[in-house]
Amino acid sequence: MVETDKIWTKDEIWGVLENIPDPEIPVISIVELGIARDVNLIDNKTVEVIITPTYSGCPAMDAIETDIKAELTRLGFTEVTVKLVYSPAWTTDWMSEEGKRKMREYGISTPEKTCGGVAPPLEDAIVICPQCKSKNTRLISQFGSTSCKALYQCNDCKEPFDHFKCL
Amino acid sequence: MDNNLYKYVLRLADSSLILSHRLSEYCSKGPFLEEDLAISNVSLDLLGQAESLLIYAAEMNDDAPDADYLAFRRDEREFLNFQLCELENRDYAYIMARQLFIDVFNNLLYPELAKSKDERIAGIAAKSVKEVRYHLKRSSDWMKRLGLGTEESHNRIQEAINDLWVYTGEMFESRDIDKAMAEQGIGIEFSTLHAEWYKQVKDILAAGDLETPPLDSYYASGSWDGIHTENLGFLLTDMQFLPTKYPDATW
Repeated sequence: MVETDKIWTKDEIWGVLENIPDPEIPVISIVELGIARDVNLIDNKTVEVIITPTYSGCPAMDAIETDIKAELTRLGFTEVTVKLVYSPAWTTDWMSEEGKRKMREYGISTPEKTCGGVAPPLEDAIVICPQCKSKNTRLISQFGSTSCKALYQCNDCKEPFDHFKCL
Repeated sequence: MDNNLYKYVLRLADSSLILSHRLSEYCSKGPFLEEDLAISNVSLDLLGQAESLLIYAAEMNDDAPDADYLAFRRDEREFLNFQLCELENRDYAYIMARQLFIDVFNNLLYPELAKSKDERIAGIAAKSVKEVRYHLKRSSDWMKRLGLGTEESHNRIQEAINDLWVYTGEMFESRDIDKAMAEQGIGIEFSTLHAEWYKQVKDILAAGDLETPPLDSYYASGSWDGIHTENLGFLLTDMQFLPTKYPDATW
């Protein structure tokens, strides 16, 4: 539905972005993941969205850009630009608590510590099994189904799972 | 165009791009599934780093419309990657030894570049530094795994280290280009990283009961001037096939 006469506010644009799922982890939005960084509402036809990748080579960025453009075009915007910025670099600290909770329910363990932009030594990572909540887990591979995740297994319930790496 | 900056960025971009392509050749051929995923993910990280740098390089060069042009339309002699990155995947020991040498280098390089006065380089480096940390963890673990594994695995990783050693010196070869970048606070003079790199490599290899060849060795040279081993031509023929054969192809 195109509401051509409506005057959109920045908050409403954020509301739209909050409904765009991450292509790899569809239970959380690009806002909850901290990928959508800023919205520049220039006029009622023109908007710019600033996004940042979780990893340099994140193959989902193109899909995310396409989704943002599609959703905002549906609102009646004719000039939608999506700008990719690398600095400041994305950190897992930008994931919202709500986003982390949804991710755990989805079966992906999330970083326990905040990194403050600087990740702690890898050996210090506390990885909690998203199934049985045990801390007794072991690393299987530094790299899981995507670059941002590592593969772990729970020593108690034996379930293998993805862990979103502290970055 | 600042020719020094352009070449400095290209040297780093090309090294990541070419190594990324080499690793991507192993996608689906890893020794087991988790490792197959890991090698593909490292390749992807490197590709992302290369792309960020190539976008920057293309902006500097009026003759290059975009990053793809630099990746797919340049010829062998125009590539400035370290020769180490282009060497063929002889076996898994070679892949991991090559990776360790690069990973230690990247873990010394990117924290320095993150302090660059050039905001673009600092931004890309700050992003990359987080990624290459995970790469190094993996390649270091493999040195122990192969070095302390069987007699066969120990001998093969040692042979790979010894054979590849001659190519490691290039990462620390300094020219007027990197010296100028260091003077301007934009980059680091590569030669200044050599001693620390050697120390770290030696420690990692020692943990796998492996010998490190001497720092003062004969090293291959040439890639600053676009001179490469015979491997790069074959790699480019493969990597550039589609864009050169079908120049107007789009997704």
